[in-house]
Amino acid sequence: MEYFVQQLVNGLTLGSIYGMIAIGYTMVYGIIGMINFAHGDIFMLGGFAALIVFLLLTTFIAGVPVVLALLLMMVVAMLTAGLWNWTIEKVAYRPLRGSFRLAPLITAIGMSIALSNFIQVTQGPRNKPIPPLVSSVYDVFGITISLKQIIIIIITAVLLSIFWYIVNKTPLGRAQRATEQDRKMAALLGVDVDRTISVTFIMGAALAAVAGTMYLMYYGVVVFTDGFVPGVKAFTAAVLGGIGSLPGAVLGGLLIGLIESLWSAYFTIDYKDVATFSILAIVLIFKPSGILGRPEVEKV
Amino acid sequence: MSAPLLQVKAVETYYGNIRALNGVDVEVHRGEIVCLIGANGAGKSTLMMTICGSPQARTGAVMFEGEEITRMPTHEIARLRIAQSPEGRRIFPRMTVFENLQMGASLDNLKYFNEDVEKVFTLFPRLKERQAQRGGTLSGGEQQMLSIARALMARPKLLLLDEPSLGLAPLIVKGIFEAIKKLNKEEGLTVFLVEQNAFGALKLSDRGYVMVNGRVTMSGSGKELLANPEVRAAYLEGGRH
Ligand SMILES: Nc1ncnc2c1ncn2[C@@H]1O[C@H](COP(=O)(O)OP(=O)(O)O)[C@@H](O)[C@H]1O
Ligand SMILES: [Mg+2]
Repeated sequence: MEYFVQQLVNGLTLGSIYGMIAIGYTMVYGIIGMINFAHGDIFMLGGFAALIVFLLLTTFIAGVPVVLALLLMMVVAMLTAGLWNWTIEKVAYRPLRGSFRLAPLITAIGMSIALSNFIQVTQGPRNKPIPPLVSSVYDVFGITISLKQIIIIIITAVLLSIFWYIVNKTPLGRAQRATEQDRKMAALLGVDVDRTISVTFIMGAALAAVAGTMYLMYYGVVVFTDGFVPGVKAFTAAVLGGIGSLPGAVLGGLLIGLIESLWSAYFTIDYKDVATFSILAIVLIFKPSGILGRPEVEKV
Repeated sequence: MSAPLLQVKAVETYYGNIRALNGVDVEVHRGEIVCLIGANGAGKSTLMMTICGSPQARTGAVMFEGEEITRMPTHEIARLRIAQSPEGRRIFPRMTVFENLQMGASLDNLKYFNEDVEKVFTLFPRLKERQAQRGGTLSGGEQQMLSIARALMARPKLLLLDEPSLGLAPLIVKGIFEAIKKLNKEEGLTVFLVEQNAFGALKLSDRGYVMVNGRVTMSGSGKELLANPEVRAAYLEGGRH
């Protein structure tokens, strides 16, 4: 039993990271109907930005408080990733809006390769390790919970609450939902559609960057290919939860984290990805629009 | 006479290579109700959308309060307080009635929001009962009321209505026409509306235009057009009264 709960905690941690990345996929899909294949690399970029901040801090200032270091890493990662996503949306995706459906998709794949190669060239192809930032571990009723896990789960919960509030309760969120539901009508009501789409890309990138920072802190290492596997997992999470649905992205992320942890714990770790994708396939057979997705009826 | 509030001058609008408007001239003055009638496919909705810059006119000019707005982006035109209840109503289906109304109120007049909501709820009490319901679940008539109410939330200087009576029961149409008249009388609201229901629309309007194949072929006061034999033959006799 304790072993099971232990795996739940591990799965929840990993699932939080997937969920934060998945939101970017699902929001961009919702608002412009495009799968942003470069989104996983934004997550990786966030990890690298955090790494660089960490190295600068530890090199130039002795004894920086950990909380401050983490906070700075997160903020710089968010800004860097946000700026990058804002730029590629403007120069690479926007001009293709309204052209044939595959064009932005192919461009996104190109952007993904460009960013990971850029990081490979400038940062080197090897794993970049950092010493453990936080290493406290607590024993709660026989379950080992690390401070890292607590931080990840709390930060995810806080950010998702803020995010939920923005999307559901503010004029900006209303403009985003209006643009998603009927872009032309939104413009007729005075919504600057281009700006709203830009903001959506920035928000998605910021969350992915936080996920990247958390990933770096959790595993203590980042490498230029890190955008790929977690990116695909997060994309799977978005599809599993129902692409276009925000709660679906979070739910999908948590489920995939849990499936991975539980499968690795009880069966063989080698097949954990097979298990994940099998479950995705099964869900999609019975519910093609995903767990919380709505059937494609009114998409134009 | 003072300069018109809205002036459409020799406008041509295309969809790809297909010309939908072929040199259209229309004027709407402050405080008027003006209607545009014409058969299906004549280009009425295209004119309404061209005024809002979506699509933009290829040639000619759209002037609002004496300024040219032909090449302005749609959202900036909306901020000049030209509000449209477009063809097909275009309610946001997964937003509540209340949120749809919030979408109508542009940011700079949020201070009037509560007052304006009360006003549209008085005008359309049904919307008040349904305010927490999702737009997509409303009946056709309720969606039409919501579409008009949403446009009114912008405190428009010019209200564009594209077929507000389409598909609605006569009693609801009467209610909507009365609401338009009331806003015009009491608040001086300027209205430019497209109607298939030519009889009701011409009775309501100060002036009217007739559109055929992307051109304005006739214009005059509501009374004149109602009495005109050609108009009667084409749009009134045998049509809906
Ligand atoms: N989005 C569009 N793409 C291509 N052609 C269109 C589009 N919208 C309207 N049209 C064409 O433009 C002409 C005018 O249409 P419309 O303005 O909708 O007429 P009305 O509102 O008077 O019924 C029609 O021939 C119609 O087929
Ligand atoms: Mg029409």
